[in-house]
Amino acid sequence: MAKRSIIPFGPQHPVLPEPIHLDLVLEDETVVEAVPSIGFIHRGLEKLVEKKDFKQYVYIAERVCGICSCGHGMGYCEAVEHVMNIQVPPRAEYLRTIWIEMSRIHSHLLWLGLLADALGFESLFMESWRLREKILSMMDATTGGRIIFSVNCVGGVLKDITPEMLREISQTMDDMERELKPIMETFLHDYTVQSRLCGLGVLTRDQAILYGAVGPMLRASGVEYDVRMTGYGAYGDLEVAPITAADGDSYARCEVRLKELIQSFRLIREAIGKIPEGPIAVPVKGSPSGEYFMRIEQPRGEAIYYVKGNGTKNLDRFRLRTPTTSNIPPMLETVKGCQLADVPLLVLTIDPCISCTER
Amino acid sequence: MAKVSKSPWLLHYDASSCNGCDIEVLDCLTPKYDIERFGIINTGDPFQADILLITGGVNSQTEPVVKQLYSQIPEPKVVVAVGICACTGGVFKECYNIKGGIDTVIPVDVYVPGCAARPEAIIDGVVQAVAILDKKREEYRRQKNAK
Repeated sequence: MAKRSIIPFGPQHPVLPEPIHLDLVLEDETVVEAVPSIGFIHRGLEKLVEKKDFKQYVYIAERVCGICSCGHGMGYCEAVEHVMNIQVPPRAEYLRTIWIEMSRIHSHLLWLGLLADALGFESLFMESWRLREKILSMMDATTGGRIIFSVNCVGGVLKDITPEMLREISQTMDDMERELKPIMETFLHDYTVQSRLCGLGVLTRDQAILYGAVGPMLRASGVEYDVRMTGYGAYGDLEVAPITAADGDSYARCEVRLKELIQSFRLIREAIGKIPEGPIAVPVKGSPSGEYFMRIEQPRGEAIYYVKGNGTKNLDRFRLRTPTTSNIPPMLETVKGCQLADVPLLVLTIDPCISCTER
Repeated sequence: MAKVSKSPWLLHYDASSCNGCDIEVLDCLTPKYDIERFGIINTGDPFQADILLITGGVNSQTEPVVKQLYSQIPEPKVVVAVGICACTGGVFKECYNIKGGIDTVIPVDVYVPGCAARPEAIIDGVVQAVAILDKKREEYRRQKNAK
């Protein structure tokens, strides 16, 4: 038997923008086991519901994570609205859907860039992020913020989008879809990318279900599951079919995210075509009393928001289960048996969002 | 900035940020802002860095890491606190696990406000850091010659 050694990975690591620490148990160059330690970004946000009132807390919820910010705001607001029996105007639901799909495009393009960077494919990294700038400009133009834009509020949204702006968004989606084609071609058919991704970190369908994978990680293993199918927000009126791949390797995860980009472009155009006229928010009176579980599909997978109110302006409890929390056990499974040099890539393929995980 | 006397290398660390500022720091490297044209490179190695960019407030887990990274960067060095959390603690100030801004742990030279800090503001902060780096280097040289 080869001699075992332990290599620390992280928390400060060139490939990760965020701190996560793994102790990698190696036999020669092969990983036998990975022991994670998390908690570097724990701030204690869930506890803050006791200090901030439930309307102010939307801003905290949006700062759980900077990448899926809009989704967290929406999930929290929808949960509180269900507790309080507030009927959100349909236009607000559509606007939320448009913004959350825009966030998904920005998050997936960000991930594709980071993946290309981890592969050492610098020009592809730059191309992905150049394309991502377009969506950030669109968010800036519609809300005033590039990544954290705080448009959700309990009872609706704070800002409306004018018809001219909606047309421009639709036009930008067409342009972006056209510009994504060559990038997609490179990711899916380039020899360099294929040689690094194909067959790496295979997670079978059974393993994915056993370890509780969510989001693109689950769908890449061939499970047809997407929370958007439940029809929250405006998704009930839109056509959402989960995008899956069969192989369950890193290449499949990349393929699923690329195809989801195309799906998001379509969903935004569809939502813009169907968006009804009307008010964007309803007045909120009283305080929440009761509890509710809200599930939404974040760019990284299913997120669960639990809200419990006691009739005062401060909530009793807010709990958030984020997609990366569920994706860490499957990731640890895929790391077993791989080469040390592939570990950064495998950690990246779950699209880790550590600030969500640790809150 | 009339001229840049040195191509400064950055080290970026996320102390307990929400990710927003981190992706904006990375954004500075990409085609729209492209700080590499000033010779600024984002390095992953503290031993080769001149400027430490820190995002997020400090918590008990990241405090030793921040101190260690700071001690590993060779003199002279400049610390830039990016985002309102790194400056004062921001919206997370009242959290039980947040100590406050970066300056509660290590000395900070430049504060970049914003939630999330915009790339323009980050680039401006780095440019100011370069000027401070020049001054510190002068000072460092003078002290060394005096010995």
